[in-house]
Amino acid sequence: MTNLAPLGRLRLVIVPVVVIASLVALYLYLQLTPGRVTDAYVLNSTYVRTRILQHIEITAISFGLAAVIGLPVGVLLSQSGRFVSLPVFAIANLGQAIPSIGILALGFTYIGLGVQGAIVALVIYALLPIMRNTVVGLQSVDPGIQEAARGMGMTPMQILFGVKLPLASPVIFAGLRVSLVLVIGTATLANFIGGGGLGDLIAASDFYHPRPILVGAVLVSSLALLADWGLGLVERSLTPRVEDIGRT
Amino acid sequence: MITFTGVTKRYGDKVAVDNLDLTIRSGEAVMLVGPSGCGKTTTLKMINRLIEPTGGVIAIDGVDTATRDVTELRRSIGYVIQQVGLFPHLTVSDNVATVMKLVGWDRTRIRARVTELLELVGLPPAEFSHRLPGELSGGQQQRVGVARALAIDPLMLLMDEPFGAIDPITRDRLQDELLRLQRVVRKTIVFVTHDIDEAIKLGDRIALFSQNGRLAQFSTPAELLARPASKYVEEFLGGGRMVRRLSLVKLRDVPLANGDNGTADEVVPVDATLRDALDAVLRSRTGRVQVRDDEKVVGTVDADTIRRASQ
Repeated sequence: MTNLAPLGRLRLVIVPVVVIASLVALYLYLQLTPGRVTDAYVLNSTYVRTRILQHIEITAISFGLAAVIGLPVGVLLSQSGRFVSLPVFAIANLGQAIPSIGILALGFTYIGLGVQGAIVALVIYALLPIMRNTVVGLQSVDPGIQEAARGMGMTPMQILFGVKLPLASPVIFAGLRVSLVLVIGTATLANFIGGGGLGDLIAASDFYHPRPILVGAVLVSSLALLADWGLGLVERSLTPRVEDIGRT
Repeated sequence: MITFTGVTKRYGDKVAVDNLDLTIRSGEAVMLVGPSGCGKTTTLKMINRLIEPTGGVIAIDGVDTATRDVTELRRSIGYVIQQVGLFPHLTVSDNVATVMKLVGWDRTRIRARVTELLELVGLPPAEFSHRLPGELSGGQQQRVGVARALAIDPLMLLMDEPFGAIDPITRDRLQDELLRLQRVVRKTIVFVTHDIDEAIKLGDRIALFSQNGRLAQFSTPAELLARPASKYVEEFLGGGRMVRRLSLVKLRDVPLANGDNGTADEVVPVDATLRDALDAVLRSRTGRVQVRDDEKVVGTVDADTIRRASQ
């Protein structure tokens, strides 16, 4: 882990630089090359700004709900036997295996057109990585450490919050980050059930005139990179300083 | 004082501990020894209720542990395990302070006690208190483990093969330090080991378990070596019993030959062990050695004295 630390610090700088560079490149491309007249219907600042805000909103709500559900469920599953956790994971894996467009279609079928359907679908989609990493992270905490904690007279709650969660936090955060990036990318499909977001830009185009696709794609990936970066910052401030987790 | 009365632990059909009666006196170090699966660790963990007995009663100072609040019970007993189990995300200081914080000590009191404990286990606080466990050697980690167990000055210390994963040289040093520590703190220590030599070295008394979770013999190391209760005990002790016993018995505690007829040509103090005395006898040309308490001659010792003292 010590070897990775300098790399981690470098990544803190590299991500914003890459995002800014690609946004500048996109801007120059749009300025310097001729586009269709009709592009201006979508490629104007009001339209794009609304779509960005919608996208962030859908993502934030879906990811927030997935985290609020996934973390506690993961904690409960990590305490329960395989008898409970196996079927739950079977269902969650199934949710993951269904193509994202399929889940959105189901969201449309049962919730209806619009942003709610998209959010429900995205939450289901985002849940698995969060839940799985929470369970794996908690279960991989060194049994010796847990036994010592129990023997010292720490209550199960004190062990969970004082020992297990801090030690599992790198794995849990990895799950959160995967899930967040997944949601940002998948939220482009919300367009198909009238959920709005940056998917609108991508859908407003065709293969012969790809300028809106390009704008949409660059904005979505910038958003994903920045979100992942931001969560990385949160992780750095919350995760304990540990030389070598699990080996004491 | 810890009393086991008819304590049994069963896992399904398998008996781990079979109807155990055992009394551990306050301030003595009792070693639970035996082969793997003999129930020694189970016995230890039943004391702080990490394992609940299937039957029987374990009482501490006359109070049945089953009636006590389990959290409070565990906090009143120090616990040291082979895997050490330090919290890797906390500094040495914070690890040692864990139980002090749980019971709500204030910061100044905690800081003072942590400093005291780190000094006691031979880790200079200035150098070690802010290190993380991952930066320490195995031996240093276990010292922190012992300091953590002694945190709120419990009357009892449970140690589950604490030196089992440590290299022989460091282990030897940690054993010596535990003996020194025990002279200072005088805890009731229950210590699990599969190493009979470790038990002989550290124990006031040894409880030797046999494979089926029964107590094969419970006596002092010297008694165990001199009079094994069964073939099993004899085999477990291994060869050279009488020679190993020599370093456990002091001259002070054995009958000496009276006076000195002038043939003794070596001198040993009365606090020396039989091993030192035998060494002197072997060195001496006459085979007779004078025993002195300070300047006063209290008797002599020869090979025959040592032989008689061994039986």
